[in-house]
This record gives sequence, structure tokens and C-alpha cells, in this order.
Amino acid sequence: MVEVTNALTFLLNGEEVTLTNVPPDQTLLDWLRLERRLRGSKEGCAEGDCGACTVLVGRLMGDEIIYDAVTACIRLMGSLHGTHVVTVEHLRGENGQLHPVQQAMVEHHGSQCGFCTPGFVMSLYGLWMRDPHPSRSAIEKALQGNLCRCTGYAPIIRAAEAISDHGSPQGDPLWAERIAVAGKIKALNDGRRVEIGEGAEKVFIPASLDDFAAIYAENPEARIVAGSTDVGLWVTKFMRQIGPVIFVGHLQELRRTEIADGAVKFFAGVSYSEAQPLIVQHFPHLRELWGRFAGEQVRNMGTIGGNIANGSPIGDTPPPFITLGARLTLRKGDVRREMALEDFFIAYGKQDRQPGEFVESVSIPLLPAGEHFATYKISKRRDEDISALCGAFRLKLGADGRVESTRIAFGGMAATPKRAMAVEAALVGKSWSADTVEAAMAVFGEDYQPITDMRASAEYRLLTAKNLLKRFYLETQGQGERLKREVA
Amino acid sequence: MSSAPAPISVATLHTSTRHDSGPKHVTGTAEYIDDMAEPGGTMHAYLGLSTKAHAEIVSIDLSAVKAAPGVIGVLTAEDIPGENDVSPSHKHDEPIFATGKVHFWGQPIFAVVAETRDQARRAAQLVKIEYRELDWLPDIRSAQANGGKLVTEPLKLERGNVDDGLTAAPRSVNGSISIGGQDHFYLEGQIAFAVPGEDEDVTIYSSTQHPSEVQLMVAAVLGVRQNAVTVNIRRMGGGFGGKETQGNLFAAVAALAAKKWNRACKIRPDRDDDMQATGKRHDFVVDYVVGYDESGKILAVDAVYAARAGFSSDLSGPVTDRALFHSDNAYWYPAVRVRSEPLYTNTVSNTAFRGFGGPQGMMAAERWIEDIAYALGKDPLEVRKANFYGTDTNNVTPYHQTLSDNVIHRVVDELEASSDYQARRQAMIEFNRTSTVLKKGIALIPVKFGISFTATWYNQAGALVHVYKDGSIHLSHGGTEMGQGLYIKVAQVVADAFGVNLDTVKIMATSTGKVPNTSATAASSGSDLNGMAAHDACEQIKKRLVAHAAQLYQAQESECVWVQGGLQVRSELVPFAELAASAYLNRVQLSAAGFYKTPTIHWDRATGRGHPFYYFAYGASVSEVTIDTLTGEYHVDRVDILHDVGKSLNPAIDKGQVEGGFVQGMGWLTTEELVWDGKGQLRTHAPSTYKIPLASDVPPVFNVQLAEWSVNKEPTIGRSKAVGEPPFMLAMSVVEALGVAVASVADYKVAPRLDTPVTPERVLMGVERMKEARG
Repeated sequence: MVEVTNALTFLLNGEEVTLTNVPPDQTLLDWLRLERRLRGSKEGCAEGDCGACTVLVGRLMGDEIIYDAVTACIRLMGSLHGTHVVTVEHLRGENGQLHPVQQAMVEHHGSQCGFCTPGFVMSLYGLWMRDPHPSRSAIEKALQGNLCRCTGYAPIIRAAEAISDHGSPQGDPLWAERIAVAGKIKALNDGRRVEIGEGAEKVFIPASLDDFAAIYAENPEARIVAGSTDVGLWVTKFMRQIGPVIFVGHLQELRRTEIADGAVKFFAGVSYSEAQPLIVQHFPHLRELWGRFAGEQVRNMGTIGGNIANGSPIGDTPPPFITLGARLTLRKGDVRREMALEDFFIAYGKQDRQPGEFVESVSIPLLPAGEHFATYKISKRRDEDISALCGAFRLKLGADGRVESTRIAFGGMAATPKRAMAVEAALVGKSWSADTVEAAMAVFGEDYQPITDMRASAEYRLLTAKNLLKRFYLETQGQGERLKREVA
Repeated sequence: MSSAPAPISVATLHTSTRHDSGPKHVTGTAEYIDDMAEPGGTMHAYLGLSTKAHAEIVSIDLSAVKAAPGVIGVLTAEDIPGENDVSPSHKHDEPIFATGKVHFWGQPIFAVVAETRDQARRAAQLVKIEYRELDWLPDIRSAQANGGKLVTEPLKLERGNVDDGLTAAPRSVNGSISIGGQDHFYLEGQIAFAVPGEDEDVTIYSSTQHPSEVQLMVAAVLGVRQNAVTVNIRRMGGGFGGKETQGNLFAAVAALAAKKWNRACKIRPDRDDDMQATGKRHDFVVDYVVGYDESGKILAVDAVYAARAGFSSDLSGPVTDRALFHSDNAYWYPAVRVRSEPLYTNTVSNTAFRGFGGPQGMMAAERWIEDIAYALGKDPLEVRKANFYGTDTNNVTPYHQTLSDNVIHRVVDELEASSDYQARRQAMIEFNRTSTVLKKGIALIPVKFGISFTATWYNQAGALVHVYKDGSIHLSHGGTEMGQGLYIKVAQVVADAFGVNLDTVKIMATSTGKVPNTSATAASSGSDLNGMAAHDACEQIKKRLVAHAAQLYQAQESECVWVQGGLQVRSELVPFAELAASAYLNRVQLSAAGFYKTPTIHWDRATGRGHPFYYFAYGASVSEVTIDTLTGEYHVDRVDILHDVGKSLNPAIDKGQVEGGFVQGMGWLTTEELVWDGKGQLRTHAPSTYKIPLASDVPPVFNVQLAEWSVNKEPTIGRSKAVGEPPFMLAMSVVEALGVAVASVADYKVAPRLDTPVTPERVLMGVERMKEARG
């Protein structure tokens, strides 16, 4: 029997905080600003897109403490059990001296109106701790989730390149307190389940993956929240009642990855950031896509399971995963079942998931040698933008140069992530040639009747989808160069 | 008197002094209005917004709102003791709360006041409103097609005989360009906080660029005199014009609640509501006919500048005026007739935004230059140069002002050389010849921007300088700080004037109680106006101090010289603090109110003639881009800028304005797209859907230079030039370069005519048009 406590405990900067009253929809930012009157973190958008509220959340991974930059505006309090929350207020030295990150920002004129600045400082701080001499592209990637409207970013980039002129991570107070903090956090993760509140106000923080399965089977009306990058907006934008909530982001068992039987298996709680090294290693064709969805903070929070389980028609992982033949494992209580990822998506807002059942893992077969594969994300702004369309292509050619098999899937083209069955049929068995591709381009309209919305017109979506097949063809011929951002 | 120490060699003017709030920004201790400690009992207001684009309000049921948890009460038009209006044009066309009718989706109808913001926000959702929908005008073309109702008087500028010029021209082109609007996306949204005082008094903390107007509006709304209302603002989290008039309504609501319940009240809309309920940059459609000759010289221009004003006048009059004032950019038109159409539409009332109509006017000018260049098969730069204003001749603007400070030739020539434009253009043509999928484009464009408010009376400013007995200085002026570095620049002026270190000068929050009747911090005028007013205050005090020192030390006034550290009397330095102390003991007034008004300007709107601008700021940029002809995606690869800020008061701050202005302009012209749906609701009302540039959109090569040789010909503060707005327009070169890349698909024979924002979709559709033209 799992022991139950009614207290949420975490570290805030240098202090241990215990809360017994935690509404399921309380955000970290509101708590910091309104309850604790720590007003360095700002609200710019309340949807995780501008980064003005960026704080670091330290969590235990094995014995290590990992600090993730996150957006406090959509981070829910229930997800903080057993973590170390670090806000901009914690950066200044004891004598009030500026931290190297802050020093560099001041000296390089990195702030104008200053409202976004604490968020930039925290993002840069997160970067600098793991990469004290970042390249320009590493800086840009770390700042994909931070908007500045004044500076044009140029002085912020200059500051980011100069942080180590002002100190080293080893001299950093947070670095120095790491071992002590890790010890404290370990003690907080004491194997007890946390339950707070009642009814729709109920918060569950399961003790383990099995405990989660048991709680959910018993409480199928509950909402599962991992990274809260989607549910957070239901709270801040739609003021929806989300409780009762089961928070699962802290479950290390759900953050596992396994490589076996020619497949990479991600448990559902693996964040995009955590998955990144494995993705780059085993699916190098996904490297660019992986660096382009959302910003760093959202990649640190959002999970692979969440991107699938929420059934969005514009999630960026389903098209390539479907194309690669990914299989889901769903679990209810102790019962598991498997299905092809594409079968999970039934219709807009509707997935093949039973009450009390959750996505436990997704297994993605490695691409067999000799097959061609590519994913293309098309968005108005290159980074931190939701796709207008996202297409994935996979192709196996026979020895005779004919298409032996192909799988093509798109997001943003239909009410669910969807395969292009007609296009695939127009290719299979044909010689892989410009003429074949031209003919297949003509049948896209049978697979997709996309909509016009604020991201793109139907016409553009369809035309671009066709052109992406052409690009895929050209790339298999060693042509069809793509845009590359050439920075140091 | 102490013996003269070595003068402190800290030059404060013309140096790259850091932003005064930098250390506070980076530590999160810079206080914005939402960060201030609230007095006990502070209430929170939230607006209830229209969910129809144009409709009669049949009934409003607020009972559920009033019964919601924490609700203290609601405010509707009936609760307003004074005027239900915050129209800055004084046309009484902008109610705080709609009555009878709503004119756009997102128009405020009521406010609910509760113990917490969350309670107020939730309660606002509970209203039941019955509407009767009316026909509505979504955009410029629909407004033109339905009678073209205007929100304010249009303007016509005319010089020379346009009809004859067009008839005589060997060639002509007509066309139209659609130029999109832009949301300000200040990171700190609108906010106001009102604290009631005794009698009729109320103190407002408002995130506003125009405290005096907030004061005026709040007084009118409360039905009290202006002296009952004090408005304060230490800093904004960005403004860009979006807080010139748009803060009025929020301040008025906070003040109404504060006085009604005699408790402090704060109002801060969510980002989505802010973006739907407040005005933006005007989108324009410019229809034009331009006559020109075989060499590419323009002979006559006839153009109509139609703007989506939205439901009320707001600043649409002066914004569309400024579009016409910049219909020439840097080009001389032998004959010109330009007219504005500030059109009523059922959308939010558009407002000021960096450039204030100027950018839209200049985009159109660059468009016909482009048309001419493609028609003649010339490099557009050649056509640009052929049409530049002269320095001694061909230098009269469409509003009959003679340019007397034209440096565009030098700016463009230097940039053309330093950016290696010609060689890179050749390389681009070569690249495009062989590259099938990717295409490159490069373009150089000039910028000329007129400096002064065209509302001539706005060109005045005040400052208040106190020197305390210990020599510390307290500086107030009418300008507001929104990140642009105005406060530090004016502090530099004051420190320089007294020969003291910058940390001697305490920069105070802007307050209508310190300096009255101020102008908006807008039109790039902040340091020109307030710097001079502060300088005036310093000079008054200095004069008194010199007289005092001369008497005290039995010296001639001519023997007293201000140096770093204080006043040098003959060979001895009197430290500033010592001087202040002795002046006090000798009953010398150590405080002064300074004043400045811009000389030489005048403007007669009725005749379209005058000298509306004190001087002009110039600049030029080169952008190089690569497009993907399969998807329309593109990268801006390199940007080179040479910009004229006169003799810079603070090169680091000015460079920041140039870099920031360019990137913001690039956002306007590329990824920032405002999309309304078929019911009139703005669908791009948050950063998830409205895409401003990111760090990874900044050109990998971004060379920004200030024209170090430039000195303002006019006696401005330190001979500097205004810098807030002009660099914004430098981003036009991105559009021009994208056009070149698109046009390469048809061998540069067809003008690309890309509307803005040039999204990837617009690029791809442009490529498709070129493919069709190519055959």
C-alpha cells in the first residue's frame, strides 16, 4: 500500500516550501508573483510563448540534478513536488553583485525596456551552466522561447557570447549548492503519494508509475498532466476547470528510454529536450525538426506522450513517427495494449483511448538501411511556430529503381495527422522518376482537403505539400538544396 | 576653495553610457506597474468585450457577473460621471464602454471589479448580451466599395501639374500595393493602477507614453478638473506607439472604480484581450499612377493612400497625414498629388506605431521605383539614385518644404561601397543562373524621415531640475521611458551641463505633477525636446551659480568656467557640491523649470504647405536574402546598415535603436500577419499565432554603422538627431530583396509586386506568378 501525504514540498531558491493547499490549476507564475511577491518573473503572454516568466526548475534524474528553463506562466504548481525552483531573484550574489549572466547583459546593452530581460537572463543562465562557451546557433536555440521587442536581439547575442568573460559555472552559487540541493530533493522524493484537495480540486501526485496506473484506473475522470504545455493554456486562456488532476511529470519511470529490437522506445513522459540526443543519434533526419518545434522552455516541459495523447492535428511528432511505423503502448491499471500510432487518431479531438487508459510509451522502429526518409516542417516563422504543415516521407526502392514501398504522412493537412494513401498508391510499383513524382503530386487533393486559417491558406498548404514530395524526390537524387542558417 | 584636482575625465555626452536601469532590468528589480506593492484592499478590474463585429446591443444581463465570487461591482457607461469618451482627436467617437451599438469584435462594453484579477476575469465571462447583428466592413476594399466613410478629414498634398505630367510622360505604370498592419507586441501589456485621494483627487500609474493625455482623459471622464488628476510612469515595458493613446481607456476604468469605491484599483488585460481590444499599425492599400521617362526618372505621381482606421478616428488623421508626408521617401517628384483616405471599418481603431504612417507611405514609393526598374530592366538602385532629391535643386517636397540637409547621396554611396553591393549583386545573379530551387535577392534602399510632430503645438517640452544642498541633482522632464534610453540621454545632458558624474543625477519617474502639459513621447522627439528643456533648466541654475560664485570669490563671471567636477573660478575648482551648499546659504534658488519649443516649423494643413519638419534623419540598408522556390520559406542572410543620427548623444543606445528598429520593421514586413476571420474576430491575438522575430531571425551578418561624420545642421541637443523611428523603415530592403529573388524566376523581367507582410506563402505565390509569366 502506497503511503499518502497531503503536502507538496519543493525548494524555492534557498528555502524549503511546503504547501497543503494547491489548487490543480494554480500556475507557478501566479504563485510567485501573487503569493510570494517575487515579481522579477514577468507575465508577457500567459501561454508559454514569450519567455518573460522563465525560471529554472531543478529535478532529479538519477543522482544528478538537472536544471530546465521553463515558462512559469503555464507550469502548474502540482508539477513541482520534489524540485528546486530558481527564479531571477536567486541569481544575485550575497553582496548584491551581478551574476556573470547579468553582468554581460548590462555591459552589452542587452536590455532596453527590460520587461523580457529577467526571462532572457534565466534562459541564458540555463544555457551557460551546460555550455559556458556557446556557439551562435546554440544561443539562438536556447533563446527560441524568448521574445524581445526592443533590441533586435543583436546585443543579447553579444552578451550571451561574453558571459564567460565574467565568470565560470564552477564559480556559480547554484553550482556550488548542487550537491546539497540534490540531497534535499532526494529526501523530498520520499516514495509517498501526494493527495491534496477534494473533487474537482483534487491533486494527485503518484508515487510511481504503477501508482499512477492505479490512481487513473480508479479515477478515470481525472486529467493527466505531464508538461502542461497544452493544459496550461486551458487554464490561462480558457479558464477551464481541469481538476481532478494527476501530475506525472516527476515520474522517472515515465522518462525512460529503451533501445531494443531495432526500435527506440520512449516512455510518455520523456521531454523533447531529453529525447533530443537519442533522436539525433538514431533518427538523424529528425534533427532539424527537433530543433524547430516550440522554444527551449516548452521543449523542456512538453513530452512525447503528450504530443501524441492530446491528439492535435498539428503536433509535429506524429507525421514522422507514423511514417516510421511507430507503435503505441496504452495502459490501464496493469493491462497494456499496443497499436499502430496512426490508428490512435480517429477524428478531430477523438483518439482510441479508453477511460482510465493512458499512453505509456511509443516505440519507433529504426529506419532500415537503404531506405530514404525526410521530414519537413513549414511555418510562417522558422522557429517556435506551429506548423502550417509538417510532412514526413519514407521510401524503399527496389533494385530495379521502382518504389517498393512508401509511407507519407502530414500534419496540418487534415483534422488528424494523416497518411497520404492515394499519393502512396500513385508511387508504389512505379519507377522513382520525376514523371512519377509529377503524377503523384496531382493526387494530393484526394488525400487532403486542408483548411484556410491564420497560419496558411488551403491553396498554399496543398501546393507546398506537393512541392515537398518534389523536394523529397530531388533530395534522393542529391539535388534540391534546402535553406541553411549559416551562423557560427 | 580647494585646489584644483585633476579634472575627472568622464565625458558624459556623446558616450556609450549604459541604460540607467540595466542592472535593475537584469536582476528583476526594475519595477513595472504590475510589480508595485498594492495598498490593502486593492481591487482588480477586467473588461467585458464585444463578441460581434457590428451590432446593436439589444440587452445586457449582468446579474451573473455581479453574483460571481469576489465581485465588488460592475461599471457601465451609466457609472461615468463625466464623459464616456477617450477620443484623443476630441471627436467624441471613442466611448470607454459601448452604448447602443458595438463597432468591432473586442470593443469594451463593461468592466467588472473584484477582489482579485482572476475573479474579475472569470466574472466577466458570465455576461449575457443579446445582439442584433448589422452589416459590417471588414477591411479597406470593402469600405471603399461601400461609400468610403472616413473617420476624419482626409489630406491632399499637391505640387506641380500632375495631370499634364502624366500625359506627357513617355511611360507610366499603375498599380496598387497592400501593406499589412502590425501589433505592437510590447512585452508589458496595457496596465493602469489608480489610487484614490481626498476630495476629487486621484493618482494614476499608467503604462503610457502620454501622461498628460491620460490626465486630461481621466479628468474628463470623472468630470473633474485636470489638477485633481496626477499621472505617473517610471517605465514602460515597451511602447512603440501602442501606449500613446491606447492606455487612456484602462486608466479611465481604473480611476472610475477607484473613485466609486474609494479603493485602489488595478486593471491589466490578458494578452489576448489586449491584442483584440487595442489599436495597431494601420494597414494600407495604395493605388497609384506614376509617369516616368526612359532613364527611369519619375515625372509625376498620383496616388491614393487608403488606410484601415477602424471604428474611430484616434490618431488616424495624423497617421495618414504622415503617410503622405513620406510618399516621397528620398525621391523628388516634379509633379505630385497624393491623397489620404482614413476609412471607417468595423475593426479595432488603429493607432500610432513607430513611423506613424511614414513606413506605409515609403513602402509605396519603393514599390513604384521597383515597377520602373523592372519595366526598364535596370538595377532598382540605379532608378533610386536617378530620383534622389538634389541638394540645391530638385529639393522641394510634396508639402512645399525645401530640403536643406540632404545627405542621402553620401549615405547611399558609402553603404554601396562598404557593403560591396555591386559585386554581391553580380554574385547573386550568377548564383540564380545555376541554382534551381534556391534563389537569392539583394536590395539597397534609402530612408529619409521627417522629424517633428506635424501637430506643431506638440513640439514643446518642459523639465524640472532641482539641485540639493549636497550637490545631488533631481531630474524630471515630460518624456517617458519605454526602453529607448531617453532617461539616460537626458541625464547625460544634465550631468554634462553641470560637469558632474552621472550618478549625481537622480532620474525621476515622469509625473504630470512635476512637469505639466507635456507632449506624447512619440515622433522620435523625446531627446530632442526633453533634452533641450532639461538643458534650459540647467543653464538657468548655472547662470545663478556663476553669479553667486563670481560674487563669493570676487571674480568676473567670465573667469568662471564649467569643467568636469564643478566650476572653475580662475585657476581653482569649486566642486559642485561645495558650490551648491554655499549657494543655498546665500539664498540662491537651486531649482529651475526648463522649457523648449522647436523653432522654424509651421504647417498649414488646409493648403498643404509649410515647413512641418525641423530636419530629416537619413539612412540606408542593404539586405540579402535566399528563398526556397518550393515552399516560399526564406532566410535573411546579411544586412548592412548606415544610419544618420547626427552627432550621437549615446552611440550604444542609438545603435540599439537601429538594430531593434530594423528587426521590428523586418517583422512587420515578413512574419507578422494580422488575420481576421469571417466574423470579424482577430485570430492572431497572441504570440502563438502572431509571430514577431526571434533571435534566430536576426541576419547572421548584421553590420550596423552610425554615420560618424554626421552633425545635425540645426542646433539640436548636442547636434544629435532623432533615432526612434527612422531605422524602422530600413527593413524595407528585405521586401525589395525578396522581390528580386522572386523575380529571378522570370529572369527579372516582371515586377514581383509582393504585398506585405511577405510571408512564405506570399513568396511561393509570387514564385508561381513568375512561373506563369515565364511560360
